[in-house]
Amino acid sequence: MANTNDAFSADIALEPYWTAARDGRLLFKHCRACDRPHYYPRPLCPFCMSADTDWREASGDGTIYSWSVERRASPPFAIAFVKLAEGPTLMTAIVDADLDNISVDQKVTLKFEERNDTPVPVFTPAS
Amino acid sequence: MTIKGKAFIAGVYEHPTRKAEGIPIAQIHAEVARGALDDAGLTLQDVDAYYCAGDAPGLGGLSIAEYLGIQPRHIDTTETGGSSYIVHVNHAAQAIAAGKCKVALITLAGKPRTGGAQPGRAPLAIQPPDAPFEAPFKPSVLNIYAMCARRHMHEFGTTSEQLAWIKVAASEHAQHNPHAMLKSVVTVEEVVNSPLVADPLHRLDCCIISDGGGALVVVAPEIAAQLKRPKVSVMGAGEAIKHNNGGEIDITYSAGRWSSAKAFEEAGVTPDDIKYVSVYDSFTITVLMQLEDLGFCAKGDGGRFVADGNLISGVGKLPFNTDGGGLCNNHPGNRGGMTKVIEAVRQLRGEAHPAVQVSNCDIALAHGTGGFLGTRHGSATLIMERS
Repeated sequence: MANTNDAFSADIALEPYWTAARDGRLLFKHCRACDRPHYYPRPLCPFCMSADTDWREASGDGTIYSWSVERRASPPFAIAFVKLAEGPTLMTAIVDADLDNISVDQKVTLKFEERNDTPVPVFTPAS
Repeated sequence: MTIKGKAFIAGVYEHPTRKAEGIPIAQIHAEVARGALDDAGLTLQDVDAYYCAGDAPGLGGLSIAEYLGIQPRHIDTTETGGSSYIVHVNHAAQAIAAGKCKVALITLAGKPRTGGAQPGRAPLAIQPPDAPFEAPFKPSVLNIYAMCARRHMHEFGTTSEQLAWIKVAASEHAQHNPHAMLKSVVTVEEVVNSPLVADPLHRLDCCIISDGGGALVVVAPEIAAQLKRPKVSVMGAGEAIKHNNGGEIDITYSAGRWSSAKAFEEAGVTPDDIKYVSVYDSFTITVLMQLEDLGFCAKGDGGRFVADGNLISGVGKLPFNTDGGGLCNNHPGNRGGMTKVIEAVRQLRGEAHPAVQVSNCDIALAHGTGGFLGTRHGSATLIMERS
């Protein structure tokens, strides 16, 4: 794969994740053995250690579980935990938002942003 | 096997420095080791077990044991962030109870103020597995703990004013500590009117950044019997970790819920028996969540519990961090567990500052959290008794 960030491309098991990310799609893992989703993705299920895990695509719908705005940064930025409609909660950023009007349980929508030449999943307030 | 009554904390020492310019970390380890051994009435030749954590440079325990000039027959460098040193007391007591050693030395030294290392930003030689999925969003101790506070407010109605009472109580205590970095008493209004650094945490919700260190000496009962200092015995201890569990998260509680249950069971006491508590205080929210998890109040009631001076010695029902804690006094290496045990031992010996000494302090608890409360952390609880 043509990922320019060595740190992120050194893990063969994650290649489908980064390939999908470049297409603007967010993948998470699902375990066929125990039927539970997980994130961040691992080849061995963190709930039952089965290697029988497959990739699922997130719809892109989520709600904010918690958030904070780092006010001293220039410019200030919002970090958040977002719960995906499919279940898992992930660390992410809230972007294209009024930083004074973010709230817990707010509905948000997936988009991708390049950070360190790598597309990463971030969220924006749902319209 | 239980550790109850099988080990004693015979020596404690908190380095007086808060700014160690020109003094290497290894030297601070040596100075605190000497201080704690002097306090116990022991010498370096008596030490047969050594404990340190991730703050020790180079090869960790190997490098510092060489610098100190000790030849331990038991060594443990368990790293659970700032809670490591409370874990070490537990492990030292277990090793003593098993006959593996008799005099265990535990040291901490760090220089986040003048040494360049920023809190939570230590360089990592090998990238952890979570990094690709978290690092791009710039997590820091500050914004991770802030997200815990935000969620706690959302679920339980906790307010910034309630959190501020924790800083107020710490500052009331710190005014009596000549070594404290912040000696000025602050008000609830001053805390909530200080600048927001990471919503909903204000500047004065945060701990200080200081250089320094500390050490503990844990000994077998037959050694304690020969020493002159007031005796503090280990009643019980517990440790636990908590992480993001594959994305099934709840950041309103800590692993302290599990570590304290084990400690109380081993000690055979309940939160009602605790006369004084040392609890890690990287931020005000850290204290509030841990007091709930330790069982001093129900989950969600922490805000009401800490308000109106309830944590101030001589005023409230549960005096905490009477040295001023990490919020006002000292936070060496950005790690809180060591100073938590030291002040609890002072209280049990009756050697805290007279203005903050808890009367008839026979049982005390020290609790630490290491790592990041909202992602992955280690909790450790230690219950001690004056004997």
